[in-house]
Amino acid sequence: MYRQKHLFLLPGLLVLVAIIIFPLLFTIRVSFSSWDVFQPELDWIAGGNYGRLLEDARYWGALGRLMIMAVGTVLIQYILGFALALLVLGDLRARRFFRVLFLVPMMTTPVIMSVIWRTVFHESIGPLNGMLQALGLQGVPWLSEPALAFASVMMVEIWQWTPFMFLLLLAGLVSLPREPYLAARIDGAGPIRTFFAVTFPAMAGISIAAILIRLIEASKIMESVYVMTSGGPGTATETSTYYIYIRGLRDFQLGYASALSVTYLVIMIISLTIIAKVLVRLFVKDRT
Amino acid sequence: MKTLYLAIKYLAILLWSCFVLFPFLWAVTTSFKTANGVTGGATWIPWLQYKPSLQGWQSLFGGSGGTDISGPYLNSIIVTGSASLISIVMGTLAAYGLSRFTFRAGFIRNADITFFFISQRIMPPIVLAIPFFLLLDQLGLLDTLAGLILVYIALLLPIAVWVMVDFFNNVPRQLDEMAWLDGCTPLTTFYRVILPNSVPGLIVAGMFCLIFGWNDFFFAFTLTFTDTQLLPVAIVALNSSVTPWWSLSASALISVAPLILLAFVVERFLSRGGLAGAVR
Repeated sequence: MYRQKHLFLLPGLLVLVAIIIFPLLFTIRVSFSSWDVFQPELDWIAGGNYGRLLEDARYWGALGRLMIMAVGTVLIQYILGFALALLVLGDLRARRFFRVLFLVPMMTTPVIMSVIWRTVFHESIGPLNGMLQALGLQGVPWLSEPALAFASVMMVEIWQWTPFMFLLLLAGLVSLPREPYLAARIDGAGPIRTFFAVTFPAMAGISIAAILIRLIEASKIMESVYVMTSGGPGTATETSTYYIYIRGLRDFQLGYASALSVTYLVIMIISLTIIAKVLVRLFVKDRT
Repeated sequence: MKTLYLAIKYLAILLWSCFVLFPFLWAVTTSFKTANGVTGGATWIPWLQYKPSLQGWQSLFGGSGGTDISGPYLNSIIVTGSASLISIVMGTLAAYGLSRFTFRAGFIRNADITFFFISQRIMPPIVLAIPFFLLLDQLGLLDTLAGLILVYIALLLPIAVWVMVDFFNNVPRQLDEMAWLDGCTPLTTFYRVILPNSVPGLIVAGMFCLIFGWNDFFFAFTLTFTDTQLLPVAIVALNSSVTPWWSLSASALISVAPLILLAFVVERFLSRGGLAGAVR
């Protein structure tokens, strides 16, 4: 009867092993070699690349910026996404229209919208400074001043991915049971009280899942950086993935870039595990 | 009090709608501008200051000295479409197996296999790009659509598995058991009983595969160089100081249009049901 069960699993599993496991093992092997433009053979230099990356301040700077950017955007996305999901939940006119409208940024290609955003941020002929000037204010160098460039990239990320948070949280809100709300109403709890006593705890599991998924995706930030600032000004918006890209596929230092990748992957897995554990410990109290 | 609350609510919705639409409105007006309109400052109502022009839109097909993007457009449709289809088929099969049968090998259980499928999403594109480059080079598939499809399957399969496992977990098991009692094998049960009941899940999974496939830039960027370019790569290549903004805006708009339209069609499935189980 269950003889056929492997037929379901095998095709997908084989493809994934072939396409993912081999490249991963290969990357690890390459990370122990000095493969680059001048040395196109796999040799063995033991931990040479890893020693080098420990002293590479630019790499750690990029990692720090990535973490600030990922955690910052995901937190803001979570708060905004939750608020938006609550807004379109009740008896709102044209509620279905707004639900799709709020999803629209997620449907657009990040790299192409970054092209548009780059023109929006343009210092002399972009609409943002146009609006500031119409209000009698000074224009702002959106993409050429380090702190502002960093904030601009974050804003585009928030524009692009708040909808994903919104979608998951809305799906969660829709599927919440009704009884606790009736009980809260009978007890005379106001909307704010009801939110913190009923809605928020009931949404803990979904919130954690949504935050983790977004953190994973946010840590890949690269395309908006590539198009809007190319990591500049200086290295103000350079994130880990972009730095690895520069070392690997622009400077073609494959060995070193592989070591950067492996280190990065290990750091990511460890920090995501810790974040997941902390979130569960903090917010999921009465569940196993 | 009630009125005030409603006013704030609608104001918030209105503000966010403006933020969402802002870049689109800007792109639409820009796509109808010409040199005077763009350098004349950030005007929102082009019709008042100068005549709108269709140059931007004509340039999409090589007119007005623009670049023809119909080739990359077709490439994108072929690659995203076939990779999504294959991923959905394999992902749905795997998800059904994982939700209905017990697999064990040593200490590995079903949950570990599911996690193995999904864990691929943790790897950033850059970590995979270098080995993919070398792998496709070895296979002679570098700079071909077939090679890209292979890569995109690896990219999309986890999404299909993620959505479908949770969907199947919410499909009552009695459905399968009745079919088994009637003498169906797991395979015939799957395509006669389960598949017809899985349309909402398949639509959500398909939509997600299409989004992530259509939106990928990085792999297409590193693995193709010539006329196998996909749409985002072709458009980003236009993103230089030479390309006029009206061409850039028109090409950007026409490339993001299909998924937005699709979203309006499948909205019901996206914001209801389908994902409710996926995020427990």
